[in-house]
Amino acid sequence: MRAFAELLDRLVLSPQRNAKIRLLVDYFRAAPDPDRGYALAAIAGTLSLNTVKPAMIRDLLLERMDAVLFQYSYDYVGDLAETVSLAWEPPAGSVQTDIPLGAAIERLQRTGRAEVRSVVRDMLDHLDTSARFAFLKLVTGGLRIGVSAKLAKQALADMGDKDVAEIETLWHGLSPPYLPLFRWLSGEAEKPALSTPAVFHSVMLANPVGEGDLDALDPKDFAAEWKWDGIRVQLANIGGVRRLYSRSGDEISGAFPDVLDAADFTGVIDGELLVGGTARTNRATRTFADLQQRLNRKTVSPKLIETYPAFVRAYDILFSGEEDVRPLGFVERRALLADIVERASPQHFDLSPLVPFSSWEELDRLRADPPDPVIEGIMLKRLDSPYTPGRVKGPWFKWKRAPFNIDAVLMYAQRGHGKRSSYYSDYTFGAWTAVDGKETLVPVGKAYFGFTDAELEILDRFVRDNTIERFGPVRAVRAEPDFGFVVEVAFEGINRSTRHKSGVAMRFPRIARLRQDKLPRDADRLETLQAMIEAREST
Amino acid sequence: MKPDALLYPAPKGLYCPIGDFYIDPVQPVERALITHGHSDHARAGHGQVLATSETLDIMRIRYGDGLCGTSQPIELGEALVFNGIEVGFHPAGHVLGSAQISVRAGGTRIVVSGDYKRRRDPTCAGFEPVACDVFITEATFGLPVFHHPDDRIETRKLLTSLAQFPERTHVVGAYALGKAQRVIALLREQGYHEPIFIHGALQRLCDYYQSQGIDLGELRPATLAAEEKQDFRGTVVVGPPAAFADRWSRRFADPIAIFASGWMLIRQRAKQRGVELPLIISDHCDWAELTETITEIAPAEVWVTHGREEALVRWCEIKGIAARPLHLVGYDDEGE
Repeated sequence: MRAFAELLDRLVLSPQRNAKIRLLVDYFRAAPDPDRGYALAAIAGTLSLNTVKPAMIRDLLLERMDAVLFQYSYDYVGDLAETVSLAWEPPAGSVQTDIPLGAAIERLQRTGRAEVRSVVRDMLDHLDTSARFAFLKLVTGGLRIGVSAKLAKQALADMGDKDVAEIETLWHGLSPPYLPLFRWLSGEAEKPALSTPAVFHSVMLANPVGEGDLDALDPKDFAAEWKWDGIRVQLANIGGVRRLYSRSGDEISGAFPDVLDAADFTGVIDGELLVGGTARTNRATRTFADLQQRLNRKTVSPKLIETYPAFVRAYDILFSGEEDVRPLGFVERRALLADIVERASPQHFDLSPLVPFSSWEELDRLRADPPDPVIEGIMLKRLDSPYTPGRVKGPWFKWKRAPFNIDAVLMYAQRGHGKRSSYYSDYTFGAWTAVDGKETLVPVGKAYFGFTDAELEILDRFVRDNTIERFGPVRAVRAEPDFGFVVEVAFEGINRSTRHKSGVAMRFPRIARLRQDKLPRDADRLETLQAMIEAREST
Repeated sequence: MKPDALLYPAPKGLYCPIGDFYIDPVQPVERALITHGHSDHARAGHGQVLATSETLDIMRIRYGDGLCGTSQPIELGEALVFNGIEVGFHPAGHVLGSAQISVRAGGTRIVVSGDYKRRRDPTCAGFEPVACDVFITEATFGLPVFHHPDDRIETRKLLTSLAQFPERTHVVGAYALGKAQRVIALLREQGYHEPIFIHGALQRLCDYYQSQGIDLGELRPATLAAEEKQDFRGTVVVGPPAAFADRWSRRFADPIAIFASGWMLIRQRAKQRGVELPLIISDHCDWAELTETITEIAPAEVWVTHGREEALVRWCEIKGIAARPLHLVGYDDEGE
């Protein structure tokens, strides 16, 4: 458990993706089976464990600690698991040993409800401080260490010098503690055979259209489709097993039983998961905010399904029946896809329509003014392109609708992490509005990228030279009508928010340009943002 | 004699009216007895200063020759008498030259521990318990959550990281007096013999430690000569913690932020400061050492100075030991 605890401690504090991967790879290489497999499961969220309520952990500590001292400690530390792990005093004579992670998990899995309390107490007595913390995080559920399943899979790929697509394909056919997987990755065995047929296949991704990319290309070689603002999914129904996966291979079947029930065809299709009505039912596609009501759930109520009906707008097909059709060209695949969608439930499936165009200029005009507010751009697909996993440059492009822009005033800055730890690189910006008849800046969002290194130097210098107040790691900077720093903020969308004081929440905001030519009084108003929301809601 | 008549907290610090001296006063006074060289305990501007010769040297390095009117060195284990009050200096184990100060009159003895620790420290003399009626203790880490791990485990983390991330600069934040030298000495003990690069603020204190026979190995300034293309990858650089946030740290290749402090035990503290590799190395006692020291000395009364007084006072209450907080102001209970 000690090595796992050390890994968690390092992962929590390492901001860099590559550093996290290296820590994971080194751990996977060094740790024995089945510990590393259980660690992988804990990190990737596939570990099933009877979890323990925080109140029980607290009670266990209070069995041997003064309540007043506990309260002082908890107030100071702020995290229950951490407080208990640090303040826990094993009884005199008990020996702290390095209980293997696998043994600890297997013991918990064998433990019945009635004995949980004494088993947890016993484990706490025999683990050291750092391992106690890892153990408590495991049993209370939720490591929250900033590592996604996707990142863990990348580490596995690096460990075995494999392509991550191979790991993703295998992933759902395997289960903790992943012994065959690690044997394969360390070169001791053949690649594990797939036991579940409806596995995830890595999706084909598009590159953004860059400056001059289209000049050399002939519009006649490409098909265009709208890019919808939902989430990209893969729907599989093979060998009687139905599964819905997100783009990164996370299974989300539990949240969309309506879609899975309707998928009565055999094959694997690729599409956009959306909420609302399909084109075939002639009802409107609803916004991403509505789709969010259905995401990140293990189960859904019939009421939720009725209020937020989900459907798949089909883009492509990977398997027709049991036949792998990925080597076929786009046009041939699309014919097979059209055939399947045609026969599938009209409430749950429609075919992403092609956008006719004859020149890039014409397509650019369409992109700037799409017919539906839930469209976020255009996809370009070479007519002869096979379905290739990953982001290969050339066959597919995405051409996003121009982002929204506002001019906002820099209000607060916070130091960044890692390479940026000596820079004030996380910025909170505000827009003007009248509060009690007085023009006031209200924070409307936060951004920590979009600028160049040279621009970061400029922003950092401004923050250091114009700090008016400090709140821990945050600095407030001068922001007055005639003195301050104006930044142009670009963002992909905007929604109402009850969580933010300003009542608005931007999607994907970033600093597009520094506007040293502008004074804060020239910056935009909150009303401009509210109008953007209303404009979208009224279409 | 009642202890309160011998020593009591006054606005300028702990005051002994019969001997007419202060211990670690926070404002300029006529006569000051100083426990150790950290700037919140050893301030400039007093008339007469009594401290160990190391503490006086450190004060001279920090404040120059004009640090006080006159100074008088007193060695650990030595005693002096002021107007019938016997004053003794005893090792505190905190930093080089650090002392506990005992004050005795009429059969009553009070020990002012200053800042202290019980762990072995290759850079200073270890703490010696002194029997007394009143033990005045700090409580910087006076909460039951504080259990400092073995410092060898902590320094090994740094060595492991150097092997794991050889392309990154390992920038260690450590207080300029005591902690920096201890971390360097611990690394040397663990077999790390590469040159260690230090921030300018550490130079004179490190030189001083070396002159006192404490081997810190080869130290080089972490400065950039214009013609050099040195970017410090794979090296250990030690600087004061504040230098992290400073433009100073930008010269390093992909720096990994490390901080050596007892506070690093609390994960959120490390995260807040942007520390990537926390090293829990403290020059203070942890909870177990504070409570064990009180048990060992078994004073009639415990007075608690700075830190988390309320928890330590509560512990004494539970154990049936008379205890009270002194509410002294001016000591930095965060600085470590």
